[in-house]
Order: sequence, then C-alpha cells, then structure tokens
Amino acid sequence: MPQPIRLKDHEKDARLVRQRVLVGAAAILLLVAGLVARLYYLQVVQYEYHSTLSENNRVHVQPIPPTRGLIFDRNGVLVADNRPSFSLTLTRERAGDWRQVLDAIVEVLELSADERALFEKRVRQGRRPFEPVPVLFELSEEQIARIAVNQFRLPGVEVVAQLVRHYPQGEHFAHSVGYVGRINEKELKELDPVDYSGTHHIGKTGIERFYEEQLHGEVGYEEVETNARGRVLRVLKRTDPLPGKDLVLTLDVRLQEAAEAALGGRRGAIVAIQPATGEVLAMVSQPSFDPNPFVTGISFKAYAELRDSIDRPLYNRVLRGLYPPGSTIKPMMAVAGLDAGVITPSSRVFDPGFYQLPTHSHKYRNWNRSGDGWVNLEMAIMRSNDTYFYDLAHKMGIDRMHDYMSRFGLGQRVALDMFEETAGLMPSRDWKRARYRQPWYPGETLILGIGQGYMQTTPLQLAQAVTLMANRGKWIRPHLARTIEGRPPVDAEPLPDIRLRDPKSWDYARFGMEQVMHGPRGTARKVGDSAVYRIAGKSGTAQVVAIKQGERYDRNKIQERHRDHALFVAFAPADNPQIAVAVMVENGESGSGVAAPVVKQVMDAWLLDDNGQLKVEYATPLKTEVGQR
Amino acid sequence: MNSNFDRTLSNEDVLRRRASLLQRLHVDGILLLLLLILAAGSLFILYSASGKNVELLIKQASSFGIGLVGMFIIAQFEPRFMARWVPLAYAAGVGLLVAVDVMGHNAMGATRWINIPGVIRFQPSEFMKIIMPATIAWYLSKRSLPPRLKHIGISLALIVVPFTLILLQPDLGTSLLVIASGAFVLFMAGLQWRWILGALAALVPVAVGMWFFVLREYQKQRVLTFLNPESDPLGSGWNIIQSKAAIGSGGVLGKGWLLGTQSHLDFLPESHTDFIIAVLAEEFGLVGVCLLLLLYLLLIARGLVITVQAQTLFGKLLAGALTMTFFVYVFVNIGMVSGLLPVVGVPLPFISYGGTSLITLLSGFGILMSIHTHRKWITQV
Repeated sequence: MPQPIRLKDHEKDARLVRQRVLVGAAAILLLVAGLVARLYYLQVVQYEYHSTLSENNRVHVQPIPPTRGLIFDRNGVLVADNRPSFSLTLTRERAGDWRQVLDAIVEVLELSADERALFEKRVRQGRRPFEPVPVLFELSEEQIARIAVNQFRLPGVEVVAQLVRHYPQGEHFAHSVGYVGRINEKELKELDPVDYSGTHHIGKTGIERFYEEQLHGEVGYEEVETNARGRVLRVLKRTDPLPGKDLVLTLDVRLQEAAEAALGGRRGAIVAIQPATGEVLAMVSQPSFDPNPFVTGISFKAYAELRDSIDRPLYNRVLRGLYPPGSTIKPMMAVAGLDAGVITPSSRVFDPGFYQLPTHSHKYRNWNRSGDGWVNLEMAIMRSNDTYFYDLAHKMGIDRMHDYMSRFGLGQRVALDMFEETAGLMPSRDWKRARYRQPWYPGETLILGIGQGYMQTTPLQLAQAVTLMANRGKWIRPHLARTIEGRPPVDAEPLPDIRLRDPKSWDYARFGMEQVMHGPRGTARKVGDSAVYRIAGKSGTAQVVAIKQGERYDRNKIQERHRDHALFVAFAPADNPQIAVAVMVENGESGSGVAAPVVKQVMDAWLLDDNGQLKVEYATPLKTEVGQR
Repeated sequence: MNSNFDRTLSNEDVLRRRASLLQRLHVDGILLLLLLILAAGSLFILYSASGKNVELLIKQASSFGIGLVGMFIIAQFEPRFMARWVPLAYAAGVGLLVAVDVMGHNAMGATRWINIPGVIRFQPSEFMKIIMPATIAWYLSKRSLPPRLKHIGISLALIVVPFTLILLQPDLGTSLLVIASGAFVLFMAGLQWRWILGALAALVPVAVGMWFFVLREYQKQRVLTFLNPESDPLGSGWNIIQSKAAIGSGGVLGKGWLLGTQSHLDFLPESHTDFIIAVLAEEFGLVGVCLLLLLYLLLIARGLVITVQAQTLFGKLLAGALTMTFFVYVFVNIGMVSGLLPVVGVPLPFISYGGTSLITLLSGFGILMSIHTHRKWITQV
C-alpha cells in the first residue's frame, strides 16, 4: 500500500489551532462563569449564613463566676470568705486523650490511684468539652512548678487561680453555716445552667445551702475573640458579674466558743436564742468537723472516717437529732393545763409515788418512788413531779395536748432559715391511726404528759419552746441570718402567737421554772445557787432504751452509749429574759446535774461582764420588778 | 513607485519595530503589565494573609524578582532553540523525578524535593509542568494534524511516565496539572472529539481504579471530605468549612483589608498559600474576586492571542497548552477553596506564597513572550 506523501499544511494547522483556541476560550469563559456563580452563591445568597458562622467562630462567650457573698458573725467576725487558690484544670477538648493526660498528671505530681479516680470522676462531670474542669485544688508552690516543667506533656492542662470558699472558724460553724462543695450531677440537672455556667461550687448544707441564691450572685459574661485553638486574643465586651450578697449571722463567735467549751468535749447540742428577736446566738452540735476539706473535695478516706465515726461528727444534732423531751416539757404542759382549765395554780394532786388510771392496775411511776405527797403546780414543776403531770395529761386528753404542744412548735419545723430541719413528732389520734392502724390508748396520753412515749423533739424545738415561755407566747421563728446585705430575713409564713385566756398563766409556770433553780427543793438548785442572776429552767431526761415495768434505771448495768441523754432548758434573767438556752448532753444521764451547769456557763458567757456581774443593759428594768413575784 | 521589497518591509515598518524597546528585549508589554499588577496585588493580599509578616513579603518579592529575571532570560531564546533541547530536558526531568522518588528530601510528609545543600533545592515536578507541554508540542509539531492514533499513543506514554512518578511522591495536584498540560497540547493539536469524549468516558473506571489502587489514605480523605465536609468538621472538613465561611462572610464588598477575621484569627488554614483566595474574598468580597478573575482572563486572553499569532506549530501548541494550563491552576484553586472541587494542593497563580510555583509560572510566561517576540516578520507578509 503506497504511503501518501504528507506535506505540512501550515494553513490547515493554523486553522485547526485557531478553532481549538476558540473552543478553549469558550470553555474558559464558561468555567469562569461557573466560578463567579459559585462565589455569588457563597457571598450573596448564603451571606447571612456564612457571616453568622464566621462571627460565631471567633466570638466566644465566657462566663465569669460571681464572687460568693461573705458571711460574718453578729459582731463582724469573718466566718466564710473566699481565698485565692491555685487549681489544676483540664480542658477535655484540648487534651486529646484526656485519660492519658490524667495519668501524666498523677505521675508528675506523684499522686495515688485514689486521687486518679477522683480526677476522672471530676472530668466526667464537666459540662462542655471546651470548658476547663478543675481536677485538683490548692496546689502547692512545688506542684505548680512541677506542672510548669512538664507542661509539654500535659495538653489542655492549666494552673488557674480562682477564689475558693474558706471557713476561717473551722469546726465552729460546720453545723450552722454549713459548707459549699462541688456541684454534683444531680444538682447540675436542677440548676439554672446560665447562672451557674461559671460556678463550680454550690452550698451543700446550712446557711450556705439555704441562702445559696443570695450568696451566689449573678454570673457575668465576657465576649472574647478566640483563634481556632481557643486561645483568647482579646476581650470584646464584658458584663461584670454581680457578686453575692454578704450575710451577717445572728451567731456570736465568742458565745459559740464558750458554749462548745461548756460541753467540755462531751457529745451534745446547744441552742441559744435571744427571745426578743428570735436570733440564734449559738448553735452547737458536738463533735463537729472542719468544713474546709469539703470545699475542695474531701478524700474518700477522710470522708469515710468522718462518716463511720461512732461519735457521728457529721450528724447535726441540733436540727436532726430527735429526743423525747422528757420533763423539759412540763412547764409548757402546765401552761396548757391552766389555759385548758384542767388545773388551777392552787389545785393539788396527791402523789404516793405512782399514778394509776381509774380502771387500770398499771402503775405509772414518779421518778421519786417514795412520792412527794400533796403537790401543787409550783411544786410539781420545781420537783419535776411525774404524778401531777400524769394527772394533768389524763384530764386534758390527747387531743387538747396535741393542740397546745403543736402551738409550742413541737412536731413542726420551727426555724426560719435552717437547712434540713426535722419536724420531730407530736403524736395524735390521727397520727397513730395512720401510722399503726391502732386507736389511741389512755396510757399513752399519760406518758406524753412527762415528755416520753412517741414524742420526738429536736434541741432546736426545745430551745424555741422555752423561748416561747420567755416571750409569753410571742412567736418569732429562730433564725441564723441577721441581715442579708443589710436587710433582715422575712418570715413568709409566721406562726400565730400563743394567746392564753389568762396571760398570768405564763407567770405561774415561769415561777415554777424559777423555783427549779432557786427553790429550796429545786432539782437544779445547786446550779441556781451559783448564779448571780435568776434563771428559770427545767431539766429533763431522754431515755435511750426503754425500761420495763417494775425495773429500775441502773446506770451500772447499762452501756455508756445507752445511758439517758441529759436535757436542760432555761432562760435568764428570769424576769427580763435575754437568752434562752436548750442543752442536750448525749448519755449525760442527769438533766440537772450535767446539762444545767452547761446552760449556766452559756448564760454566764452572754450575760456577765468581765467582772462577773450582770451586764447593765440586761439588768431587770425597774417597772417589771413591781408586778412580779 | 515602491519596489516589491519596499512594499514588503517599508522603512516605516522597520523604524516602528526598532522603536519598540520591549520588542527588542523580547518582552510582551501587555503580559508584563498584567504580571506586575498581579505581583503588586499578591504582596498586598499576602501582607494581610500572612498576618503582616514583612519578612515573608520580602521573600515573595524577591521570588518575583528572580522569576521575572528568569522569564526575561527565557524570552531571549528562540522557540526553535527550545524545541531542540526539549527531548533532553524531558529525559533529565524524568531522571530527576526518579531520583526524587528514590532519595528525595522529605517535606510535609511527601517526597517532592531535590536538595543539594547549599546549592539548590527544588521540585523537579514543578520543572515538569513546563517540560511536559513542550515535549508533547515538540513531538506533535513534527507530525501532521490532527494526530493519528499512533502519535496519540506515544504522546500519552510521554505524559503518563512523569505523571506516575509525580503521583508516587505523592503529589496529586501537581501530577494532575502535568497531565493536563500535556493533554492540552493534544487538544490544541486538534485531537478528534471522539477521542476526547472517549477519554472522558474512560475516566470513570480509571477513577474507580485509582481509588482502590493508587490514592493514598489522605488523598481519599480529601475527596470524601469534599463530598461531605460536615462529616468531619474539626478534622479534614475543617479547611473547607472555614474557607467557605471566610468567602461567604466577605459578602459583596468584603470586610476590608486586614479586617478578615477568619484568616487573622487562625481559623483559615494555609491562608497565605493554597487558601489565599479565601482571604481575598473575605476582605474584598465578590468585587475583589471578580477583579482578580478579570486580570486572569486578560492574561489568558493575551496568551490565546499569542497562540493564534504564533508562526510555528510548536509555538502554537506550546503557547496554547501553557495558557490553558494556567487557567487550570486558577480554576482548580478557586474551585477547591470555594468547595466546588476536592482539595488538591494547587496554589493560586501569582497570589499564593511560594517561590517555586512563581518561578515556574513566570518561566511559562517567558516562553509565551519568546514565542511572540521571535516572529519572523518578513515571512509573515
């Protein structure tokens, strides 16, 4: 096949190329039009979307936690403040494999596996991955240095200074002021996520819990510009947080210390109330604990030690401790009996050493087995005569008794601002039917008359009941906050005052209480004799274990922890009450012997001046001197 | 009466040509002007994109200087002279690519560099971007057009060898540009449409094959991310999401010079290299990008005019291919940054920071100038 000779046809080649150039140019224009269309779509059609995206990208809103309000005692002594403390934070998002980073922290700081577990728990609780979560608090200088040296191994780990709650008074106010602790998962669900966005701690108990809202303050914001790695470049806008309100307590540090000293290391509870104002001057539950470790996270071991201690330091005896009030209830019973008309100031009961219901053989014993003979009201209170009050209770009946005792605050929450107060129990027919599906038996009424049986009261309720005696029925809920940012707390549901048909009934019962301390046969006359002012008081004994019919209380047979609790309630000066005190000494056995001296010591600390004389402002006003006694 | 000679080349003509200094220096005024405008614009945008890094600007400016000198030198060579040396250059280029694959310097996880310490450090693949179209143009210019199957086959073989070597480095972007630059010569040479359409149809199985046997994991990731950037917003989708946000938030008029938040706050990765168009779009808006596209279109138009006016077939094919390849640069870069195309490492010509690509591009324009200024005026008439 002959190969045709091909000649280069330049003209044809040029035409071909020109044609291809035109095609290429057309294609280029088409594609450029495509690009412009794409850019138009991004920059004009989707402008809003991308604009927002880019804005959100760089502007982050960072919460600034408010400074928690300070807490002072009534004289301005600092009880809770905020101290700068260095803590170690971990930001999950920046840490990469954060478990590995935790391992590195533990290694660098030479910590234990327990702490490692605690860290992990804390990191897991972190709300948002880009927020730093504090894992370790109160770093020492050395720890900070170690972290700094090993920073390259610890991505997302930072040492930050933050204000952490501190309780300079330590153990003294653990049961009244309480403490703050880290927000847990359950609280997290209930909290306002905005207001607490920068806060790591929340009031857990006591005042810290009750006034959480006021103490916390309002969160502030910082709009910051960040780069892609989250580093803050500059602050665009700042809304300052509103610091929490400062709180002044009704408590007095000196009285608190004196009261604790009065207990002398025994387990027990003391509540001291200023009758005129309802202010709680001292609130002691011993043993106590140091609340500071709880703020930063107490170790498992230390917590277990506190929790499992036989002395139960975490147990708030004042608010949660339930005891039968025993004979301390007798003055209130007397007031009730007088007002109900079942007794008169001069009506008498014969005490052979026991009381029997008309149709029953069961003998209800007086504590004094030999009996006190003929007993009137004054005598009954002074001698704490059980037979008189059996009789009184029998005459009143459970319904009226329940009614009167409830008005004294028994069986209900009395405090204005105390967290987790227990209502206690003032039994009634309805209660018994609901609780045991049984009718009320007359015998149960009798033992209620001497404060035994189903009745359960807290030391706070006893203190409030005796305050009502001192106040002649004027109800002011006991409270711990004197002012919150200068304003006193408001009682939203005030309890009605106890109004008696004859207000003089108060005076008969109060005179009986005075006789307890100062009468010739008063049960606490030893304590009364040593006082430079007149006290009105009443002792009581709360049984820990029941004693069978016909048996005697024999202290030697009973284990120490099963011995009776000693109770004593009192106010002073008797004719111008400045302080009302309730004392419970666990396993103290004798109200008059053990609890009464404690009461007197607390009163002395409050009422006496440096020379051991009654302070002038507490002296009996001349006017009332005339009308009394 | 004028003589025949006089009519062909009048004194006037001679004087006019003599008067043009640029012509005598073998420089095309229009191209030079456009390139200088682009260079100025590049420095302007780079200043913002690099975070006011003056040192970087000086480097880029000196690269421009070196590139312009190189362009000027290349423009002095006659196209015929170039054609003579093309085969040797091709062989050398392939040899260097082999050398790179065997013992190249490792940068950014890919082996692309030839590094003779203290002497020179360059990417042979860049060099190949010029050599490739020149080789095919040289080969086809000796054949009759449109090319026959045998010549197409040989051309393809010439293209595939360096393409494969570059792909092995691995550098998908450059290898695609190299393949495109060779293919454009075939296109300019009048490759029949049925072959073109056939090749496009064959791309599908080839793409599937490449997916399973050739592409590296990170390249696959780029394609997957391109298909659905939101699937991994903090990982591989980050670049595209952020660059789209940068472009989109620029709007019509842009946020203003130095005021682009995306790039200045480090949200935009590689903001001064491959993704610089996003900075431009963010700070100068749609208007700014359109102006840049207009500059590019003028450059391309000039290149196509040079192609049409070229006197030799070699010149035509090479000029056309270089111009078209230049457009591919522009299109692929803007397409990838705006999320139209997958992310392949193609810089934006003359704007992105980087000396190597700048020098390569300017060399290409040197060749265009050479083709345009070494025309034989006598024979043209």
